[in-house]
Amino acid sequence: MGDAFKRLWQSDLAWSWRHSYIAILSTVIFVMMMVASFGAPLIAPHNPFDLATLNLLDALKPPAWNVDGQALYPLGTDSQGRDLLSAMMYGMRVSLLIGIASVALSMLVGVVLGLLAGYAGGRTDAFIMRVADVQLSFPAILIALLIDGVARAVVPREMHELIAIPVLIGAIALAGWPQYARTVRGSTMVEKNREYVQAARVIGISSPVIMFRHVLPNVMGPVLVLATVHLATAIITEATLSFLGVGVPPTEPSLGTLIRIGNDFLFSGEWWITIFPGLALVLLVLSVNLLGDWLRDALNPRLS
Amino acid sequence: MVPILELKNLSVEFPTRHGTLKALDHVSFSIAQGEVVGVVGESGAGKSLTGAAIIGLLEPPGRVSGGQILLAGRRIDQLNDDQMRLIRGREIGAVFQDPLTSLNPLYTVGQQITETILAHLPLTPKQALSRAIELLESTGIPAARERIDHYPHQFSGGMRQRVVIALALAAEPKLIVADEPTTALDVSIQAQIIELLKRLCREQGTAVMLITHDMGVIAETADRVVVMYAGRVIEVGAVKDVIHKPQHPYTIGLMGSIPSMSAHQTRLMQIDGSMPRLNAIPDGCAFNPRCERVMPICRTDRPELMVAGASQAACWLHRESKEGQP
Amino acid sequence: MSDVKPLISVIDATRWFDVSAPWLERMISRKPRTMLKAVDGVSFTINRGETLALVGESGCGKSTIARLLVGLHDLTRGEILIEGQSIRTIHGSKGKALRKRLQMIFQDPFASLNPRWRVGRIIAEPLAAHTNMTRDEQLARVDVLLRQVGLDPADKSRYPHQFSGGQRQRISIARALAVNPDFLVCDEPTSALDVSVQAQVLNIMKDLQRELGLTYLFISHNLAVVHHVADRVGVMYLGRIVEIADRDTLFADPQHPYTRMLLSAIPDISGSGRARTPVAGEVPNPLNPPSGCTFHPRCPFVREQCRQEAPERVVFKGIEVACHGVAQGWPMQAN
Repeated sequence: MGDAFKRLWQSDLAWSWRHSYIAILSTVIFVMMMVASFGAPLIAPHNPFDLATLNLLDALKPPAWNVDGQALYPLGTDSQGRDLLSAMMYGMRVSLLIGIASVALSMLVGVVLGLLAGYAGGRTDAFIMRVADVQLSFPAILIALLIDGVARAVVPREMHELIAIPVLIGAIALAGWPQYARTVRGSTMVEKNREYVQAARVIGISSPVIMFRHVLPNVMGPVLVLATVHLATAIITEATLSFLGVGVPPTEPSLGTLIRIGNDFLFSGEWWITIFPGLALVLLVLSVNLLGDWLRDALNPRLS
Repeated sequence: MVPILELKNLSVEFPTRHGTLKALDHVSFSIAQGEVVGVVGESGAGKSLTGAAIIGLLEPPGRVSGGQILLAGRRIDQLNDDQMRLIRGREIGAVFQDPLTSLNPLYTVGQQITETILAHLPLTPKQALSRAIELLESTGIPAARERIDHYPHQFSGGMRQRVVIALALAAEPKLIVADEPTTALDVSIQAQIIELLKRLCREQGTAVMLITHDMGVIAETADRVVVMYAGRVIEVGAVKDVIHKPQHPYTIGLMGSIPSMSAHQTRLMQIDGSMPRLNAIPDGCAFNPRCERVMPICRTDRPELMVAGASQAACWLHRESKEGQP
Repeated sequence: MSDVKPLISVIDATRWFDVSAPWLERMISRKPRTMLKAVDGVSFTINRGETLALVGESGCGKSTIARLLVGLHDLTRGEILIEGQSIRTIHGSKGKALRKRLQMIFQDPFASLNPRWRVGRIIAEPLAAHTNMTRDEQLARVDVLLRQVGLDPADKSRYPHQFSGGQRQRISIARALAVNPDFLVCDEPTSALDVSVQAQVLNIMKDLQRELGLTYLFISHNLAVVHHVADRVGVMYLGRIVEIADRDTLFADPQHPYTRMLLSAIPDISGSGRARTPVAGEVPNPLNPPSGCTFHPRCPFVREQCRQEAPERVVFKGIEVACHGVAQGWPMQAN
């Protein structure tokens, strides 16, 4: 294990990372946010969901450096007395969870379908690509809204909260798989004709094994770049849906929900309730995007 | 007579993150007017790089780090892009390996040739066009008058290479640098293209620097040959001498490993090991780890080209013949 | 001629590729189907322990034949028998056993090894697919194979990109020999290698053939290499064999005008300045081959019959040739 890590550290990719301020900065920020959100139960100053600890008298307090603020609530509180910083940390957790899960699901479906389409060719390829084309012509948000609406109509009311997050993950994943499928299909069609695949066929290896053991490792490069960029998109999509009110249930607010709630107070003076979650969202998405950019350039052999 | 091309201790470097790689290390040879010189070597020897340096098409971060390139006595290694552009085409023509990528697919063959002619010669467009047709005819393309308006993809591989040769000769250069011009072609076409190149260059008195790994092509075409190894010149001589009486152990091994169609060999002569990577060139003579006749001095001192039989070789074995005057 | 049954019998092997325009386009412009006759009725045999070389220029079909012989393409027509067993069984239950006996070495040393796999795993792949060897047994066999091709057993934990072209070809050879095949199809195995490296690989291949009793089908466009390795040589042109003979006979006394043209087109390193038959024209587009004898537009001895009729193969002094001129004894002097 240590040997593998040493090789990674000495690789071209690691060298490129070490020499790129942006890559290092983005990674640091992203890691910090991951720690803050997934460690929220442990390190958040308050638990914003524990109704017992809420004090309505502390509602709408401004950030700590303000005249009326308190050190107890570093970034202020919302209309119900919840500490904004803690709410943001939990909210980021929800956002990240949904983002990562939907990207993973999307990647799984997209890569498998792309491999199948590229390797099998013919009608399988045509069918899968047409489905992908049709889906790509719908904006992601619309698809997510559609699925969400259908789910709400089909599932009884009590279950709504329970299934809200899985449905959300599924919806965002569904909107994203065609990108992966297309990329992988293109690379697969190239790799399929290369001699090492032919050699495996001569040996008598079966097609599924060739697809997953031989071709897959060689087409994953662009997929990883796509995944980082897609993560940013997924988080924004979820935020948008939550902002519109059709995302996560209000009991588990994400950053988007917080922005929506805070929006109502924006022009009455309590600006912090929407601005800070907004800033956090921007920072998160920006760091992920920059990392994705760096990764794409670092993996591109022509630029080195 | 002033040689049309002279390389004096040309060195080319590539700065990389692992350190600076010396891709060409004090390469020196000359080409007389009208002469055909073959530059032969295996992959990584630096022969294509030499051609690229002469034409001024070194890919950055590669750059000329020392020595001189003299074209008819004039230094050209220090010129900037604009000045080199005037020289390319007019004084030096180029023929590359892949005829598909040497021609612009979006323009007709006629447009490309006349463009080159007009850029370098004081002719009217009409004169340029008739000269272009003449050129195509001289390269053996039938129905040149019609085909001048065809696009590159309408020609076959061998035909395209003829067009490329016509293009290279369009502005009547004094020197042509041909980098593996026949490698991508079928055997029967290779013979035709070699014949063509020889004939045209003889007619126009153009010198040729023929870069290739194929000794057979060199044997048929060149007057003299330069053998390169790991970025250095290790043997220079008349073609017959180098092929039949090679002096450097590497050249001996190279000639011995070429399968012959007349002799019956059970085993081909084989040189163990492989050419060193640019970041691992041994001290002294670059060939010493693989040489059967290595001596202690080979490991420490790099040999210059010295007289060896009728040729010159960079090898300490010939130290005794004459105190090294290349 | 020995009366031992040949190891490989190829009988009228044919492979057509459908390169027609898409269905809709054909319907609209009423174009007929376009078939590329990559291999068009090829027959030959190879005896055990022998090396048969197939030479020809681009579009002659030699690579397609190679792939037909290892089951990478299916026959459109004709038959290929490996000691009596048809190649068509390769997809069925008996296919696995057949695959063990046939292996292939490819031209491109950079693309024939999976860049993401370690060398040891690459060489062991056939072992995992065809035998019940345990992991340790497989590793031991990989060591043996690496030594056989002149590499170090420690190399099995490295990646292909850490090796040179010649070394990669040797790894390919090791992989091909893993399950002790009888028959090796070599598709231009040294064309991408430098001359001195080529010598190393050819020497190893000859040594291994002697040690292991291998039979080779050696595809190449390089006649000098073919002269060095082959026992018998077949010359192909546009999907058909025009001449097959013993190596020495073919090189000393070629019969077919195309063979003569090929031999005289090779640059002669000895510079003997020998007289040459002029080389004319280029290989025509395989999609639209000439009528009758496909070589007729380039043949210096062409007659009307050549334009009308494709020549049959005749056996002539131990040589098989497909040429009207040879069959009927026309005067065809080399000038």
